[in-house]
Amino acid sequence: MSAANANHAPESHDADHLGHEGHNHGSFRSYMIGFVLSVILTAIPFALVMTGVLPTNATAAIVMGAAVVQIVVHMIYFLHMNTKSEGGWTMMALIFTIVIVVICLAGSLWVMYHLNTNMMPGAHDMTGMG
Amino acid sequence: MSATTVKTDQADVFYLEEEPHHEEGSSTMLGFWLYLMSDCLIFAMLFAVFGVLGGNYAAGPGPRELFDLDLVAINTAMLLFSSITYGFAMLAMDRGAKRQTLVWLAITGLFGLAFLGIELYEFGHLIHEGATPQRSAFLSAFFTLVGTHGLHVTFGIIWLVTLMVQVGMKGLIPANKRRLMCLSMFWHFLDVIWIGVFTFVYLMGMLR
Repeated sequence: MSAANANHAPESHDADHLGHEGHNHGSFRSYMIGFVLSVILTAIPFALVMTGVLPTNATAAIVMGAAVVQIVVHMIYFLHMNTKSEGGWTMMALIFTIVIVVICLAGSLWVMYHLNTNMMPGAHDMTGMG
Repeated sequence: MSATTVKTDQADVFYLEEEPHHEEGSSTMLGFWLYLMSDCLIFAMLFAVFGVLGGNYAAGPGPRELFDLDLVAINTAMLLFSSITYGFAMLAMDRGAKRQTLVWLAITGLFGLAFLGIELYEFGHLIHEGATPQRSAFLSAFFTLVGTHGLHVTFGIIWLVTLMVQVGMKGLIPANKRRLMCLSMFWHFLDVIWIGVFTFVYLMGMLR
């Protein structure tokens, strides 16, 4: 009997949530905030790279930073991510995905960078051959 | 009925005697989100490939010689505009305004087509200059990553047109609303991927 109760609780919550889903699409205001922030966060990196006013390292850092912030802006204002939707499972899936993505990206770049460095003598001969 | 009660008294039951009632489509949004996350992993792999091979020009042209940032900026604007117009379509859908929803969806589709057109023009220009996918590992990785994103946008537009027809024929019924919400997530997700593309491929490429 207790098992049945436990199963009913999240279900009723889901049904409740579904009823509120109409309000989960944000408002005109939240879309405009997201849009304006995105425009700013796109214009800054493009302007920096096109004009080249800052040293390369500083430009690269700002470009990467703007991208990360803009992705978060899109997640919040366009994809309406929050910790409560679908009982928190969308957030759990997102966190899991981010962990996997970071492991794959960082791991690949790290391993292949060291492989390149350690294979340097061969790599010189190979560049001409492509 | 009484027979089952007698049975439950005697032995434990390890299954639900009655299937819990789920509203139709109540799990669709979560399921579609999980699909998007797996799609995200595909792009992560392609980004990793580009990160590893992005410097192997095989004595061919590099990003500085090939990329036209003005074009990329216009493309980025197209996709961003299409994102906000899709948002307006969702707001119109919430109000139950079928005609406005269709108009905003059409505008979104046009921005999407403009994005695709500019991207195909860029690809054509590159291939015309001899910068084909076969030229170097950098170009193979570039065409695979950017092409996969373009292919997603293409299917997004096909999906969008399909939904416009369905909304036109059946109106804003719950099933169509659910489909529009799925496409909304897909469309905004593609814009998120594009942030990664223009940052890592184009802008960082120019800084290399």
